[in-house]
Amino acid sequence: MKREDDFQERRKHLAHLTEEELEKRFWELAEKIVDPLIELAEKHTTPSIERSVLLRMGFSSLEAKAIVEGAIDRGLLGKGAGHLVYKLAREKGMDIREAGLKLAEGEMWDEVVALFRGGES
Amino acid sequence: MELKPNEKLDIENILKDLDKYRPKRRGWTWRKGSGEKRKIGKFTYYDTAESLKNSQPLPAAKYFDNIDPQPKPVITTEIASGRFEDDIRRMRMAAWHGADHIMVIRTAGQSHYDGLIEGTPQGIGGIPITRKQVRAQRKALDLIEEEVGRPINYHSYVSGVAGPEIAVMFAEEGVNGAHQDPQYNVLYRNINMVRSFVDAACAKKIMAWADMAQIDGAHNANATAREAWKVMPELMVQHAINSMFSVKVGMKKENICLSTVPPTAPPAPCMRLDLPYAVALRELFYEYKMRAQMNTKYMESSTREATVTHVLNLLISQLTRADIQSTITPDEGRNVPWHIYNIEAVDTAKQAFAGMDGLNEMVEIKRHEGELADKVRELKERAILFMEEILEVGGYFKAVEEGFFVDSGYYPERNGDGIARKIDGGIGAGTVYEREEDYMAPVTAHFGYNNLAQYDESAVDNPSKLIGGSTFEDPDKIIFIDELDENDNVYIRLEETKELRNTSKLKPEMEWLGDGIVLLTMFLPAEERVAEFAALEIGNRLGLKDCEVIHKEIMQAAEGTRIELRGRVDFTIDIKDLVIPPKPEVLTEDEIRKEIEENPMKIVAATVGEDEHSVGLREIIDIKHGGIERFGIECHYLGTSVPVEKLVDAAIEINADAILASTIISHDDIHYKNMKKLHDLCVEKGIRDRIILIAGGTQVTGELAVKNGMDAGFGRGTNGDQVATFLVKRRREMRR
Repeated sequence: MKREDDFQERRKHLAHLTEEELEKRFWELAEKIVDPLIELAEKHTTPSIERSVLLRMGFSSLEAKAIVEGAIDRGLLGKGAGHLVYKLAREKGMDIREAGLKLAEGEMWDEVVALFRGGES
Repeated sequence: MELKPNEKLDIENILKDLDKYRPKRRGWTWRKGSGEKRKIGKFTYYDTAESLKNSQPLPAAKYFDNIDPQPKPVITTEIASGRFEDDIRRMRMAAWHGADHIMVIRTAGQSHYDGLIEGTPQGIGGIPITRKQVRAQRKALDLIEEEVGRPINYHSYVSGVAGPEIAVMFAEEGVNGAHQDPQYNVLYRNINMVRSFVDAACAKKIMAWADMAQIDGAHNANATAREAWKVMPELMVQHAINSMFSVKVGMKKENICLSTVPPTAPPAPCMRLDLPYAVALRELFYEYKMRAQMNTKYMESSTREATVTHVLNLLISQLTRADIQSTITPDEGRNVPWHIYNIEAVDTAKQAFAGMDGLNEMVEIKRHEGELADKVRELKERAILFMEEILEVGGYFKAVEEGFFVDSGYYPERNGDGIARKIDGGIGAGTVYEREEDYMAPVTAHFGYNNLAQYDESAVDNPSKLIGGSTFEDPDKIIFIDELDENDNVYIRLEETKELRNTSKLKPEMEWLGDGIVLLTMFLPAEERVAEFAALEIGNRLGLKDCEVIHKEIMQAAEGTRIELRGRVDFTIDIKDLVIPPKPEVLTEDEIRKEIEENPMKIVAATVGEDEHSVGLREIIDIKHGGIERFGIECHYLGTSVPVEKLVDAAIEINADAILASTIISHDDIHYKNMKKLHDLCVEKGIRDRIILIAGGTQVTGELAVKNGMDAGFGRGTNGDQVATFLVKRRREMRR
């Protein structure tokens, strides 16, 4: 879009404001722009976020990558990749690292699918 | 392990046991001791922070008791050679000059790499940011900060498609600051906008936990827009979006730094354009920190021109506020920065701030009336109008789709050349997943919806309780990967440069150990294009490889051109083969002055024989050349072509302590014959045992002068301090 500088016209509703009021308005607008972005972020996740969870659970970058790919392939990323590892370990009496390594190696995914989607399929 | 100032940093030692290394601390550190007056040397400073334990002062400091006042802001240097092991040495040099924020540039393309890179592969225009390289550099900086006596902030980038992972790795490895701004991804890296904002929230939450300082990416609009000064309203909007987003995620305002650049540079009247903007920004964002960047948009290959622009940028920092003063190397317009230019840039900031110390006590900005006041208000209004229109069109994503950002119009003017992106386009599109009702992540510092209560109500406030602590609580859980590529890693590079480490072999370098690069500056009395090609030929004949003209400047179209030529030497020097004469011992200026004050000294001086040269002797004597007169030594200069007899008579007449005879012409050893004659005559007149005889000249050596009856001889490169030192010491000996 092309537009001439119509600042004088556009600013009319701001002309009567003090500079303090301008600054207040500036920050109110910033908040209005940002709020929906924050809400979006709270409700969603991504492969990088899930790998970051697995890193914090004590997996290497390579292991985390493999687990997240496995989760995406099975439509389970919305559960949380760390969740998959946690629930598998908990249900099978394994420790966290042991369970995650199995998943990283492509094993025990059927058990994970059963644990999360068991009732549905 | 401890560093010693006179010993090189041992890279092998840094790499040793790296898998077990833990950083000393987390979080950002500001300089201490600002806001108080400080006495340093003979002066009282108003705007300094605590001094360093070990540092390299500015060259002129020798006239001021070697003081090295440290400015208030944290000083940044950006290091980007592509080899982290060489960058570590540059970091140490920069720290000694006063940098306490070391920013590591990432290798080209890393922002599009979906995951962490491991090992130590070589980078282009930066290093691949990997755990190993980060850990090695943090380990080195932990040592360097002990050495200089001030915490050093280590910094890199949490952007691209792997932001959250990089943030975790940085938090674990004690990285203290990072760039994080999803708008940067969207606008300049074409990463999907939804993915960028979702990732950014998680990354910022992790950074907040690690108490890292965050720098935004707004300054890139300056560097991208066709006319940088026109994007000022938008810049404030970009700063606001990232700042507010960060606050809502949970970051402290004092850790949120705005990356702000004075948009313009001379010959534009930049202060008049840049200053109102700087004031408006600092007023709107008074609760946030200012990271004052220097202008890169209008940088050419002249390091001098860049330095002047940067000093004007520093003036704005001084007149307004800078919490972090970034520095740009003056060679950035012509090559990947070299060691020496990182140091120059740090020194430019240190020097300018020292010079402007306390300026605000005497000078203030006319804030409330006139051009600046009007401009400040106008900028704020334009930014508000920008945000109103973002909301009108349906929010941030819609505004990006409609090309609101980096438009070269002075908003609300629009030129239709902004960067537009699609909500379902870009790298990483379609990789955002809705969190299901039972979504759960059992780790510390995780942003967003997290159903922990399904397992344990008490884990809601302490998620990692479910797994007995995450790596943030228990660093022993971190899995360290050493190397993944056996053909591209630090060990192979170190093997290649082995000959130059811990041996007597030496090679010049600008970026990497052993790169052999040298810079030649020359004037050629020829027009620009002829000069360029002539310079290349000169480089070739000097035996330099890979010659390249990196700067040329017309002095006058016909009369000539200034050329800067880089080339590479492909030989090494063995320092064992060098004949290095012992360093002349020099008394301090104060010592010499005191001695002369207590016991005045008189000398007679002349160029002897049929010799009209006078420059050398005047250098040694004249006060304005830093000669011996400035110590209070009374000098009687008799002129040139003075017969030896006349010199000796003059010495007797005034009862001189010494005779200084200059002799340049050396044909037929006439200079040594004259020395002998001078000595013999003094013996004959009976004054030799109470007079000091000194000979000087370009062809004189100390050894031969003494052999020919002198007390000392001084050759090329001698200065007044050396001669005065000798005079004082010799007189002491004679009196004993």
